[in-house]
Amino acid sequence: MFDILYQPWPWYVAGPIIGLTVPLLLLLGGKMFGVSANLRHACAACNFGNVEFFNYDWKTAGRWNITFLAGSVLGGFLGGYVFANPEPIALAQSTIADLQAWGIQDFNGLVPDDLFSWSSLGTLPGLIVLIVGGFLVGFGARYAGGCTSGHAISGLSDLQLASLIAVIGFFIGGLLMTWFIYPIILS
Amino acid sequence: MKFSEYLKYLLIGTAFGFVLMKSEVVSWFRIQEMFRFDAFHMYGIIGLAVVVGIISVQIIKRNNMKDAQGNPISIPPKDASQVKRYLIGGSMFGLGWALLGACPGPMFALLGSGLTIMIIPILAALAGTYTYGLLRDKLPH
Repeated sequence: MFDILYQPWPWYVAGPIIGLTVPLLLLLGGKMFGVSANLRHACAACNFGNVEFFNYDWKTAGRWNITFLAGSVLGGFLGGYVFANPEPIALAQSTIADLQAWGIQDFNGLVPDDLFSWSSLGTLPGLIVLIVGGFLVGFGARYAGGCTSGHAISGLSDLQLASLIAVIGFFIGGLLMTWFIYPIILS
Repeated sequence: MKFSEYLKYLLIGTAFGFVLMKSEVVSWFRIQEMFRFDAFHMYGIIGLAVVVGIISVQIIKRNNMKDAQGNPISIPPKDASQVKRYLIGGSMFGLGWALLGACPGPMFALLGSGLTIMIIPILAALAGTYTYGLLRDKLPH
């Protein structure tokens, strides 16, 4: 009976549940779902150098969202540690072949050990993936005014043209990275 | 905010983090698979999430529904005339999303799953956010 907690969930189960986050947050507190705003709240909480963009009452604006984020960490612990799926991800064979050609060797977990480990931080590819990748996610999300949750889920749910443009941008950047830049980083 | 409010958001966040894990959207592999168009998985998840989102937002709007505190629900529109901002900022985000294989939600969910190295990209993302705040006036929007 607990099998369902350990097994991966198909897209047609996970998609609607993620989508329901939008009305749930709206109905419970009139809140708009968006994770990356929390990065701004964290900057506002510190705000070294008194940057104007971070001068606002982050507690009033962000308490609910930071709590939501703490929940996501807890959910990650439950879903990825307590009820972790022991099997490797059922990836498309073509993806596995392509990634092996890139030199990726570990296909056991959710992320390859080759890039996501403390020892990989000492390698140039690991350093680029973890630090440049993280930096671009943070910078780009704020520049675009939202991330996958804020634009691709919330914004599109509200039929916002701005979010559609942002999602097109997400794919322009993602395709460029996957097809043209990543091969250089890993070579 | 009352304790029950915190609990409410904590629970929704927990469910969200749990689904991110179970659906494997937190996986660098799944993001690679998506940008290679090798599987329908990610498209199915995002697509269905948006369909459910659109239907529920329409229901909320058309019925002028109120939130649990009795306040009218209003969703602030985004200014689509700032095309540069969404296209350039979005592309930069996309570069990072594909490189790291994780967007902000998954970064934190992965950290919760015990992948301690995610602290590094989270700190880098904070640095990125802070840098945007510093350069904001100089960037095209």
